[in-house]
Amino acid sequence: MPYIMKYILLIFMSAVIIAAWIVEPPQSQLGSVSRIFYFHVPAALISVLAFGFALYNSIAYLKTNEIKYDFRSASSVELGLMFCILATVSGAVFAKAAWGAYWNWDPRQTSIFILILIYGAYLALRSALDNEERRASLSAVYAILAFVTVPFLVFIVPRIYPSLHPEDTIVGSGGEMQLTGMVAVIFWISMVCFAIMFYWLYSLQSRIELIVRKRLKEI
Amino acid sequence: MVKSISGFTAAAAAVIHKDIVSEFRTRYAFNALIMFSLVTLTVVSIAIGRFNLTADLSAAFLWVMVFFSAVSGLSQSFVKEEETRTIISLQLYAEPLTIFAGKLIFNCILMLFLESIFIPLYFILLPVNCGNLILFLLVIVLGTIGLVGTTTIIAAIVAKSSMKGALFAVLSFPILLPLLVAAIGATETSFSGGSFGAASNDLKLLISYPVIMIVASTFLFEYIWNE
Repeated sequence: MPYIMKYILLIFMSAVIIAAWIVEPPQSQLGSVSRIFYFHVPAALISVLAFGFALYNSIAYLKTNEIKYDFRSASSVELGLMFCILATVSGAVFAKAAWGAYWNWDPRQTSIFILILIYGAYLALRSALDNEERRASLSAVYAILAFVTVPFLVFIVPRIYPSLHPEDTIVGSGGEMQLTGMVAVIFWISMVCFAIMFYWLYSLQSRIELIVRKRLKEI
Repeated sequence: MVKSISGFTAAAAAVIHKDIVSEFRTRYAFNALIMFSLVTLTVVSIAIGRFNLTADLSAAFLWVMVFFSAVSGLSQSFVKEEETRTIISLQLYAEPLTIFAGKLIFNCILMLFLESIFIPLYFILLPVNCGNLILFLLVIVLGTIGLVGTTTIIAAIVAKSSMKGALFAVLSFPILLPLLVAAIGATETSFSGGSFGAASNDLKLLISYPVIMIVASTFLFEYIWNE
């Protein structure tokens, strides 16, 4: 992570936070409540990106048997869970304001909750395995299996069951981009900021895990 | 690698045959499965059998009972091999993919046999009317294939770990939840007499989810088996 990226992140993240409050709300029907769009949607999409990183690192581990990929996979799952929980909580706040209840088992809420449970089980599996290599290969298999459910839960289930969740806000039903003007600019800057933040946390976390392992071996 | 289709089928059939004979002699998994489902059915029937249940409630009860009893017994297919130390000879004699196919089909047979006893009892002990019997049977078969197709690879994973039983429930329930939701929805439609069209969303998920899970499992099983 280049040093200058942290300053870029600071400036642009602050700009997004300010702009989200002063520019017109992204959707006119919902009004100011829809401003959460700039933070809720990036958090959800970055969690999918994080689980994709876990998938990539798990495949890399099974191909090469290098332990660093296992630690990277574990770090991406932990961060993916964090972003997933952020998206769930911000979504619940939106639901309270827009639909009148924090939680009503809307297909969106159901599927993101299942996603949290699936990747929580990944952490449970890791702590149940003592041998390092066995833990690495078995949790890699589980992480790949878990990612198979992600397209279902994030993109398919909320679209085949009737849902209150605003759909077609980013990509329309015909596949065309729906965002226009300032909304698109703020949204994509916010996406990039979230992605940089994820990558920063991810590289830190993977390095910490490797250092901890080295220290444990020295003892 | 597997040399031919017929060789693969013969090897998988041998695994199924071995498992059926061994299951018939020991009733290692079946006793746990049938007793678990009977006990939960008794509890549900005593507690709520007097009331007139709506279609969604009875569908939910049916699938919760089936899924819970499956989780209590299906991990045995691999745990048993690990505990009796027969896993090494299996690794020597058979290709990983034939083992996976054999265990998958054996678990399927086991679950369908269990359901052929459990579901008639369910209709006797609970006040349920089935409006669309063909749809109901289709959902039962699809749900069972999905249940087994998703959990077989997880059974292979937990067989390698400590605390096998608890971990199997923890790992398989979240992955099974989308399937459970779809199965309950489709069963509810069949109880209330709905057509195939009314259950089409649920049926789409009931078919596509197991297919993808089984395909992914066939790619991944080798890494667990040779671990």
